Amino acid sequence: MLELTHIRKAFNQGKHNEYWALDGIDLAIPEKQVTALKGPSGSGKTTLLTILGCLARPTEGRVRLKGDDISGLPERFLTEIRRRTFGFIFQQFNLIRGISAIENIILPAYPTGQPRKELLEQAEALLAGVDLGHRRDAKVEWLSGGEQQRVAICRALINDPEILIADEPTANLDTRLSKEFLAILERLADAGRTIILTSHDPLVVESAVVNSVVTLRDGKIVERK
Amino acid sequence: MFFQPAIIALLLAAGLSLAMLLIASPFALQVIRHWDIASGSERQLKLERLTYLFSTLVAFVCVVQILAALLFVFNADKMSVMFVGAMCAVGALNVNAYGFPALYLQLGLFFLAAIWLAINHVDSRARDYPLVKLKYALLLAAIPLFAASLGMQLSYFLGLKADVITSCCGSLFSADAPTLASEVSALEPKPALLSFYGAILAAIGLSGWHWRRGNDLSGYLAGFGSLAAFAASVAGILAFVSLYIYEHPNHHCPFCILKPEYDYQGYWLYVPLFAAAAAGMSAGVLRIFSRRPSLAAAVTAATRQLAAVSALGFALFALVASLMIWQSNLILLD
Amino acid sequence: MKTWIEKQRHLIDFTLASLARRKGKNLGLLFIYTLLVFVLASVALYTHALRSEAVHVLAGSPEIVLQRLVAGRHDLIPPGYIEQIGRIRGVQKKEGRLWGYYYDSVVKANYTFMAPRDMVIARGEIVVGPALERSRGLAAGNGISFRSYTGELHTFIVADVLPQSSELVSADLVLMHEEDFRAFFKYPAGHYTDVAMSVANPQEVRNVTLKLMSALPDSRPILRDEVLRTYASIFDWREGIMLALLSAAILAFGIFAWEKAAGLSAEERREIGILKAIGWETGDVIKMKFWEGLLISLTAFLFGYVSAYLHVFYAEASLFAPVLKGWAVLYPSFALTPHIDGLQIATLFFFTVFPYTAAVLVPIWRAATTDPDTVMRG
Repeated sequence: MLELTHIRKAFNQGKHNEYWALDGIDLAIPEKQVTALKGPSGSGKTTLLTILGCLARPTEGRVRLKGDDISGLPERFLTEIRRRTFGFIFQQFNLIRGISAIENIILPAYPTGQPRKELLEQAEALLAGVDLGHRRDAKVEWLSGGEQQRVAICRALINDPEILIADEPTANLDTRLSKEFLAILERLADAGRTIILTSHDPLVVESAVVNSVVTLRDGKIVERK
Repeated sequence: MFFQPAIIALLLAAGLSLAMLLIASPFALQVIRHWDIASGSERQLKLERLTYLFSTLVAFVCVVQILAALLFVFNADKMSVMFVGAMCAVGALNVNAYGFPALYLQLGLFFLAAIWLAINHVDSRARDYPLVKLKYALLLAAIPLFAASLGMQLSYFLGLKADVITSCCGSLFSADAPTLASEVSALEPKPALLSFYGAILAAIGLSGWHWRRGNDLSGYLAGFGSLAAFAASVAGILAFVSLYIYEHPNHHCPFCILKPEYDYQGYWLYVPLFAAAAAGMSAGVLRIFSRRPSLAAAVTAATRQLAAVSALGFALFALVASLMIWQSNLILLD
Repeated sequence: MKTWIEKQRHLIDFTLASLARRKGKNLGLLFIYTLLVFVLASVALYTHALRSEAVHVLAGSPEIVLQRLVAGRHDLIPPGYIEQIGRIRGVQKKEGRLWGYYYDSVVKANYTFMAPRDMVIARGEIVVGPALERSRGLAAGNGISFRSYTGELHTFIVADVLPQSSELVSADLVLMHEEDFRAFFKYPAGHYTDVAMSVANPQEVRNVTLKLMSALPDSRPILRDEVLRTYASIFDWREGIMLALLSAAILAFGIFAWEKAAGLSAEERREIGILKAIGWETGDVIKMKFWEGLLISLTAFLFGYVSAYLHVFYAEASLFAPVLKGWAVLYPSFALTPHIDGLQIATLFFFTVFPYTAAVLVPIWRAATTDPDTVMRG
C-alpha cells in the first residue's frame, strides 16, 4: 500500500543546528491492516507520521503510494492525493471551535467542490454510524471528550479514504472511552481500511486489533513485530 | 493638471506594479537557478512556498494592469475637456508626444498580462510545474516594459498643459491627414465591411473548430485568427462602425463612442473585443507547450476553454456592431 | 465549472462563519475602511458636483467676454469701441455690460452691482441675491442704503429677491437700473465695463477671437470655454490636494490593514493549521482569505459610498465644504445635483481597495503557508 525507501528528513538544513529527525527509514505499510508506531518522544514518530500521511515531503528517499512515486509532487497535488486517500485523527482532536459538529465533518471536502447537500447527507450517515446523529448541530465546545473524538473520526472519513492515520488517539481518553475507540477502530479495519497509528498506550499497542508494531528510536526503526 | 485623482491613481498603479515586480525579481532569479521539483531539500520546499506568494503577487499586478488599461482610456476621454480643440480621448492623447505611446504600451501590457495569467494557470495544473522557470524568466523580461510604461505615463501626464491647442479627431481622422489611422478611415465602406465580417467570422470559425478538436493546428490558427480579427475589428470600427454610431459620414474617431453622449456604447464594443482577442491569442501561445507530457491534458483543456471564450467574444462584438449599424439612421451603402 | 462554483461557495460559507467568529476585530477593520471610503468619496462627489454645477451654470453665459486693458490693467470700454468690432462673421449678439464691486463694511463682504439688460428694474429699486437676503435680512419692500465711493449715501428699495436655485452665481448680486448704476459709481456716459458676445458655432469661437484681437489690440477676450477649463482645473487641483493630504490617511490605513491581517491570533493560526492538515492546500487558504478581503472591501465600499452620497447631497457636505468651496464670506447655500460617474467610482476603488489588497497580500500568504506539521505536534 504505502512504501517508504531510505527516507531521511532534516530540519534547519545547512545551518549550524541542522537536525535529522529521520535517518534511513525503510518501511512498508500493508493494506487493510492496522500498524502501530511506537517509540519515545524525539524518536521521529510524529515526523514519520507526517511523511506517511503526505503532510510533509522527505528530504531524501522515495515514498510510493500504491506503486506511484509521490515524493517529488508539489504541495497542490500531494494535498489532492492526501485528501482522497488519507483521513487524520489528531491527538488533540483539533476540531474548529465555533461551528457545529456536522460543519466540522464536511470541512475536508470543501476543496473538492462537491455539492453541499451531498456532503451533509454523507456526514449525517457517518454521525449515525457512531451514534451521534442527535448532536449534529451542536457546537464543538458543547461536546464531551468522547463525542469530540467521534466527530473527529467522522471528519476523517468524509472523503472515504483508504488509509486512516491516528496520532496518539487515546492520549486524552479514559479507559472506557479508549476501549470504545478500539471497538470503532476494529469496525473500520474489518471494513477494509488501512490504519496507521502512533501510541504510547499499552492498551492500544498490545490490543488484538493491531496487526503489527514498529518501534522507532533516534530516527531509525529498531524493531518490527 | 498633474494633480487629478485619476492620474494619481494610474501613476500609483503603474509605480506599485513595477515595484512589486522588482521585489519579485530576486526570487525569480533564485527560481531560475535553483528550482528542482524532484528535490525534497529545505531550499526547494522554501521556494515552493514562496511561489504561492509571488504567483499571487504577479497575478495581482496583472489584474491591476487590465483595470488600469480601462481606467487610462476612461480618463483620457474625460480629460479631453481640459484641452482646447480636444473633443475626445484622441485630443487628450495628442497633447504631447507621449500620449499614444503610453496608450499602446498599456494595451500591450494588458495582452501580456492575460497571456502570463494563462501560462500560470496551465503550469499549476501539471504535476511537475514544468513552466516555472519560463514564467519567472518572462517576468524578468517584462520588467523593462513595465518601467517603460511608467516612464511613458509619467512623461505624458507631467507634460500636460491645459492651454495647449491640440488637434482633435477631426484633423487626425480625416481622409487627408497622412497617418495610418487616417488611411484606414479612408477605406471604402464596402471593402471594409467585407474584411471586417470576413475576419471575424473566420476567427469565430477557427476558435470554434479548436474548441471541438483541441489539436495544435487548430490552436495556432485560432491564435492567428484572433490576432487578425482584432486588427480587422479595430480597422472596421475606424472605417465604418463609428460612422454609423455618430450618424455622420466623416466622424471616424474610435474614442468618441466611449463618451456619455453616446451612452458609453464604445465599452460594449471594446470589452468583448479585447477579451476575445486576449483569449484567442493566449490559446495560440499555450499550444506551444502542448508537447510536454505533463502539460498535454491541461493545455488542451485550457486552450479549448479560451477558444470558446474567444469565439463568444467575437460573436458578441459582431452582434453589437451589427446592431449599432442596423439601428443607425445613416445610410452608407444601398 | 460547476465544481469550481461549488467550491467558491464553500469557501465563502466558511469565510462568513469565520468573520462572524471574530466580530470585534473585523468590525473594527470594517469601520475604519468604511470611514476611509466615506472621506474620499465625499471629496470626490462634492468636487464633481461643484464642477458639473459650474458647467451647467456657465452654459448660459456668453461665449466671449471682451475686456479692455490699459497698461495691463482692466479699464472701461469707451464709446465707439463696440462699433469698432463691427461686423465680424459669426458674432450673433454684442452688448456692453455694466457691473462692478461694492464693499459692504457692515458684513465685510463684496457685492457685485450690475445693470442687467434683460430685466426691467425701476429707478430707486434693486433686486438682490439670496445671500444678501440672509446676511442683511433683506426682503421685498425693505430699504437699504449704500455709501458710494464718493461718500454719498444712496438708498434703494428691494423690489425682489433672486431665487434660491440660482444662488451659486447670484448669491452676492445687486441688480439695479442703468442710470442708478452710473450715478452710484460716477460711471462716465457711454462707457461700459465689458462687452458680452455670443457666437453661434462653437468651432468659430477661436477665429472670432483672433479677429477681435487684431481689430482691437488693447482688448482681452475671455472665452467661456477657458473659464470652464479653469474651473475644472481648479476643482481637480483642489481634489488632488485633498487627496495628497489624505494620502497619509491611506498609508495609515494600509499599515492598519497589514497589522490586522498579520496579527493572527493563536486561535486563527491553529485553525489554518487544522484546515491544511485535513486536506486544504495553501492555495485554498489563500483563496479563502481573499474572499474575506473581498467581502470586507465590497461592504466597506458600499457603505462608505452610500454614506458619502447622503452626506454630500443631503447634508451639504458640512464636513468638507469650507475647504472645497473656496474662501468667501458669503457662502452660497445651494443644493447640489446628484452626480455619479464611472471614472470617479473606478478612481475611488483604486485609492481604497487597491492599497488594502496590496497591504494584506503578504500577511495572507504568511498565514496560508502555516505548516500543517505544527498541528500534529500539538
